[in-house]
Amino acid sequence: MTSVLGRTDGSATPSNTRRTLNRRRAPKRTYNRREAIAGYLFIGPWVIGFLIFTLGAMIYSLVISFSDYNLATNSATPVGFANYAQLFEDPKVGLALGNTLVYALMAVPLEIAFALFLALLLARVGKGAGVFRTIYYLPKMTPTVATASVFLLLLNGNSGAINKGLAVIGIEGPQWLVDPAWVKPSIVLMTLWTVSGTMVIFLAALKNVPRDLYEVASLDGAGPVRQFFSITVPMISGAIFFNVIVLTIAAFQVFDQAYLLFWRDQSNASPESSLFYAVYLFQQAFRQFDFGFAAAMAWLLFMIIMIITFIQMKFGNRFVYYEGDDNR
Amino acid sequence: MSVTQSSPDAVRLAGQAIGENTVASGKKIPKVDRWHKPKTILGKVVLWIALIGFSLLFLYPFVWLLAASLKPRGQVFDNALIPKTWVPENYVEVWNQLPLISWMFNSVSIALLAALAVALSSSVVAFGFAYFKFPARNLLFGLVLATMMLPGAVTMIPQYLIWKELGLIGTWVPLWGANLFGSAFYIFLQRQFFLGLPRELFEAARIDGCSYWGLFRRIAMPLSIPSFIIVFVFEFQASWNNLQASLIYLNAGSVEGFTAPLGIAYAMTKYSPTAGGQGDYQYVMVASLIVTIPMLLIFAFGQRYFIEGVATQGRKG
Repeated sequence: MTSVLGRTDGSATPSNTRRTLNRRRAPKRTYNRREAIAGYLFIGPWVIGFLIFTLGAMIYSLVISFSDYNLATNSATPVGFANYAQLFEDPKVGLALGNTLVYALMAVPLEIAFALFLALLLARVGKGAGVFRTIYYLPKMTPTVATASVFLLLLNGNSGAINKGLAVIGIEGPQWLVDPAWVKPSIVLMTLWTVSGTMVIFLAALKNVPRDLYEVASLDGAGPVRQFFSITVPMISGAIFFNVIVLTIAAFQVFDQAYLLFWRDQSNASPESSLFYAVYLFQQAFRQFDFGFAAAMAWLLFMIIMIITFIQMKFGNRFVYYEGDDNR
Repeated sequence: MSVTQSSPDAVRLAGQAIGENTVASGKKIPKVDRWHKPKTILGKVVLWIALIGFSLLFLYPFVWLLAASLKPRGQVFDNALIPKTWVPENYVEVWNQLPLISWMFNSVSIALLAALAVALSSSVVAFGFAYFKFPARNLLFGLVLATMMLPGAVTMIPQYLIWKELGLIGTWVPLWGANLFGSAFYIFLQRQFFLGLPRELFEAARIDGCSYWGLFRRIAMPLSIPSFIIVFVFEFQASWNNLQASLIYLNAGSVEGFTAPLGIAYAMTKYSPTAGGQGDYQYVMVASLIVTIPMLLIFAFGQRYFIEGVATQGRKG
């Protein structure tokens, strides 16, 4: 009984009074000490994890990137900027970076366009939308290994279903998995098949566009194309912006598909145009165990992603419409 | 507020629907599912042809996979959607060909551990950020969000060295252990949910003598089951799919110790003629289908949570 009262007196009531007092005269924020301690205890797990697995790991990674790491003795010998110099000397780094950039430039716009197109289709159906949404979402649920093992056969240049299908309409399909020029489109194709995550985000955004806008616009004589560009696109610009950033970051780290289709066995028989940055980084780290060089590669990737995201933020913000902010 | 907009069910469960779908003017925007129905018959026909066409496109690889899994070795590549020769025995033989049962067991165990660990820890941390007021709270929360930007490659090598130092390479721990400390996106998601709960609920419980932990355990957690499930199913799927971590931590061990993605990647190479295999891809197809089934089951039961979870992500734009 006393303990309950004590606790109530000790924290809840005074905290309330103190807060009202605060509001009236003290400009400096004060905190209820017990509440603050409890708060820190609650976020404690994250703080510990952050210090070890994020901040600690980042610092360690930076140290390793300036060292020659010997896995056998667990010792890092400082080598200065040698690993970073190697980034420029190793032609495969530039190659992998170029491949990744080209892939991102192909994949991101196509993913956005395709996902938006599908979302626009779904937004036009009434009752049946749920069924189609489920069907379109199924590929997203399929493990990447399963997708890859099917696409490995579907994309086969001679016997694959995709080329057989193209042959029906009189197009001679390329050697998807062998021809260096078609390696990246193969992976883009696989990515497009699993685009429904992006589609669902667009669908949610489309549903929040007030319908009156379209009614007013069509009264004013705006056709469907005009309505799309003047209402739909601005109203969902936030979702487009978000998806572009997320998909770009993902494209720069593409690993699973490329690894499964081209770099599973260590024969190195695959075309060089399939060597993506994350694949080469992984090979350097866990095949060659050249941790120093791989860490330097990781930091370069981080820098590139930061710069690209920064540019997108700077550039994109001008086009994004935020609800309740008409001055933009 | 983003979560409240996109998951009305969650809000209803919390016993309140504050400001949902209302604009500043107080006017209620009707919840519209079909906001732009085609007006002409032709428009309708084109729409339905497109919808069904894309459905076929998305379903084709599944049907192809199912068919291929029932074919004999020589016919796997023939693209027939109805096998010329039916070999349902593939589904029996695959268990002898590949240690699929161990792979499934490993993957299910790791995915359960990973999902449970991250859902619980992220929930606790999220409640810390949502309910309590303490110095540097917003700064720390900004840091949580900032970690989402960090590519995994940067911390991949030090994390490997940490687990190596602890002698845990080749065990399951590196594949889920870090989940005990919460994960940025899930913390964000859960916090959004907690912020939607009325504060009076907690204040009343405090006056009744409920401890801080009790607020979380007895009020916040039971009410946040919907978002807890979102986190759980998301992480379960992510873990089930996680090829790279399996490659790093389990690839050097025995084949029985592989996870499902690693195992199938191994099988793809094993049967490949260029690697000395016989081209028995039908087993890869059966295995691929079998590892897909748990995901489809989860989706069948938790579809709403997936779609809502993804949509919530998008609200952040």
